[in-house]
Amino acid sequence: MLVFEKSREGRGTSFLPICDVPEVLPSPQFQRKLPLQLPEIAETDLNRHYSELGEKAYGVNHGAYPLGSCTMKYNPKINEEMAGLSGFSEIHPLQTEETVQGCLEVMNLLEKYLCEITGMTHFTMQPGAGAHGELTGLLMMKAYHQKHGDTKRTKIIVPDSAHGTNPASATMAGFETITVPSNKDGGVDVEKLKEAVGSDTAGLMLTNPNTLGLFDKNILEITEIIHNCGGINYYDGANLNAIMGIARPGDMGFDVIHVNLHKTFSTPHGGGGPGSGPVGCKKFLSEFLPSVRSEEKDGRFRLVKAASSIGEMKSFYGNFLIVVRALTYLMTMGKEGVLQASENAVLNANYMLQKLKDLYTPAYNKTCMHEFVLSLEKLKKETGVSALDIAKGMIDKGIHPPTMYFPLIVHEALMFEPTETESKETMDDMIEILRDLYEEAHTTPEQFHSAPISTPVARLNEVEAARNPILKYDWPNEKGDI
Amino acid sequence: MGSYVPSTDLERREMLSTFGLHSVKELFEDIPQQVRLKEELCLPKGMSELEVRRNMMGLANKNKVFTSIFRGAGSYRHFIPAIVKSVISKESLLTAYTPYQPELSQGILQSIFEYQTMICDLTGMDASNASVYDGATAAAESIMMCQERKRSKVFISKTVNPFVLETVHTYCYGKKIELIIVPEKNGVTDISFIEKKIDSSTACVYIQQPNFYGSFEDGEKIGELAHNAGAKYIMGVNPISLGIAKTPREYGADIAVGEGQPLGIPLSFGGPYLGFMATVDSMKRKLPGRIVGQTKDSNGKIGYVLTLQAREQHIRREKSSSNICSNEALCALAAGAYLSAMGKKGLREVAVQSMSKADYLAERLSELGYKLVNKEEFFNEFVTESPKPVSEVMLLLESKGILGGYPLRGENEGNILWCCTEMNSKKDIDELIAILQEV
Repeated sequence: MLVFEKSREGRGTSFLPICDVPEVLPSPQFQRKLPLQLPEIAETDLNRHYSELGEKAYGVNHGAYPLGSCTMKYNPKINEEMAGLSGFSEIHPLQTEETVQGCLEVMNLLEKYLCEITGMTHFTMQPGAGAHGELTGLLMMKAYHQKHGDTKRTKIIVPDSAHGTNPASATMAGFETITVPSNKDGGVDVEKLKEAVGSDTAGLMLTNPNTLGLFDKNILEITEIIHNCGGINYYDGANLNAIMGIARPGDMGFDVIHVNLHKTFSTPHGGGGPGSGPVGCKKFLSEFLPSVRSEEKDGRFRLVKAASSIGEMKSFYGNFLIVVRALTYLMTMGKEGVLQASENAVLNANYMLQKLKDLYTPAYNKTCMHEFVLSLEKLKKETGVSALDIAKGMIDKGIHPPTMYFPLIVHEALMFEPTETESKETMDDMIEILRDLYEEAHTTPEQFHSAPISTPVARLNEVEAARNPILKYDWPNEKGDI
Repeated sequence: MGSYVPSTDLERREMLSTFGLHSVKELFEDIPQQVRLKEELCLPKGMSELEVRRNMMGLANKNKVFTSIFRGAGSYRHFIPAIVKSVISKESLLTAYTPYQPELSQGILQSIFEYQTMICDLTGMDASNASVYDGATAAAESIMMCQERKRSKVFISKTVNPFVLETVHTYCYGKKIELIIVPEKNGVTDISFIEKKIDSSTACVYIQQPNFYGSFEDGEKIGELAHNAGAKYIMGVNPISLGIAKTPREYGADIAVGEGQPLGIPLSFGGPYLGFMATVDSMKRKLPGRIVGQTKDSNGKIGYVLTLQAREQHIRREKSSSNICSNEALCALAAGAYLSAMGKKGLREVAVQSMSKADYLAERLSELGYKLVNKEEFFNEFVTESPKPVSEVMLLLESKGILGGYPLRGENEGNILWCCTEMNSKKDIDELIAILQEV
């Protein structure tokens, strides 16, 4: 039941003292005539309402969440507590620098740590999420080319295995996207890349390891091809969790990158956000960074704007409380911790792949990095049970499904990313469930079409939802039936 | 020190042995030697939770928490009922991903559906999305919604929040959109400028109501001018004001956007905040980002799903209208809980008290020679001149634990933008006045 349906005229909690100054209202032409419709509900019932919603959701707190490309690792509790300190949460963004030295030190420290992990020179904390970071980086690339009078560089090269945000960000930055195909090993087709580049290439966007969970062996050749034609290499940091302490994008030839604090650096996803997507770059791009950075001199921190800054990407200095959480995480982990995280993330993914690949077909049968992709095309042909069906079957067995139907170049794809924070027995459970589902697909395929049956609702009619969109609740008096 | 990795050495060896390896390092052979790190990262060693806590608390303590705040300018300290924090701390809502599996995510989807409804109720609009990063990006995205082949020019008033203006400017740079800044006159939008310059290549007109200086704009007139030229009309609003103030719908706006931070989200040194976006029915398919819709399951039971996804980047890639993927779902959850807790009477009360206290403060200040600059009626912010150098005034207040108004820059250098909310008691205001009297 919706909170609106629980509303009763006259109910509610009073939170404020009586107004202690003379009451002033806007003059009539500035007042709303449209009645304000908001729930009137007792706090007891409101509390229960949200408890009920909480019960109808599944988080990392419940169990395994092997959602590929999303890095659903454990969200440490200490991070939440530190972000809740009043010395961070009750600070106005427009206080003077002298009164926010702690905030500036947080920004400065995280910038240093991210630079070291990725091999970049500077970072901005401003972008609100990964896609926002992509747009930021692309606009910096654009500004760089324009400053050098290179206005013909209008094309961004994106492999066909890329996240959808890459080409979408390129469009928002005013570039044309050129898609290059993958080779038979799942990497960038280097020959096709050579054909695609030219004097109109602004740059390349790449995830490495890519969305197939594979590290592109030709990475140095790829980034060199782009550099040789005058382009800039952008690193999509969505998959950074595979390589921390092992290899750095900056050493692979990347010039500008974003990282997802809500993936690699353990901050919670909040049911879709807020994330945080700091953007780092090499020195030659630093002058184009947006917003302000925190610089230290003689123990004092100051906010400094870059000389040829692209401007502001959003208000203030980024999702600061997410930055606090990520810094807390990195302080906890330290240099040995981040390495351990990446090593175990890769080990866990390979372990699961190894234990599944005799039944399910790997998209690429080789050692993977932190995630792997299975193709259920053969299973579907044999049994009629699709990737979607297996995913829904997993729900009835108590685990969150992996990413489905992505990357687009693999048919009937299921993409698993167990992360380093899952134990062997949790993975063994997942493996057993997936093996059982494989058997069931052959013995009782029809049962899959009604899955899930254990959830508050069964499969929902998404076609109808899009055809006749109902996007809000209509209060009874709007319909006129009260 | 703490790595949150459960695997023991023995388990790691067991796992490795399933594929005949002896060391984890062997899994990284695809990474060319030339790019492999030869040394360990130059980061501090990991710390125990106790040490981390001490360090982070030490950093937090280097900031000054003001108990009495008269500064807004895009970030507002309002009262947050305890239940809001309790709601957003619920682990299954906090630690879930975007609801890609609707059967397993009805709680999150329903909370977004409720949030969308409340944003529509506040603004008078027909459809809302599930949120974007903040008010400034909501403004920028709303401008992108209005782009048509023969209409791309954008008019935006100088009286909008400077961060909004700057962000819109950056987004327009990407898309090569012509951005025309409408000058201000007497602290409000110079309507005659729009009248003269608007034409058939104009995509939209964007204003903020109340504007950056707190004043109410002539929202109807500007809307008429936009619509007469066939352009869309976008209004940025303070959601608290809508507890009492006229809705964007009533002004004739096609899109309403704003910063949702005042709705139960702490100051947080600027983020994470909440960008809300709502529009009329005819433009709902142009909204960026996630949208939740109601539907039925195979048994006819009502449920919620992410809908109209054909607009989005994961389907349309370079042809999608926006690249947004992650949004501010948890902040939207906070806003929904806040609005449900306050209710219609409570929100109205917050709006009225904020406005009343600002009025009281403005009067007291003017008695002290801080002359009111606003010529038009204002909501909970207003501008005054300062009889003393602004920096001196602010330093004095700071030393007494008060965060004074925001010192304006540029053409308005020397003036102060003051803000009140229901948090400023009469006693606090009188204290501020008493201190200023000392200068």
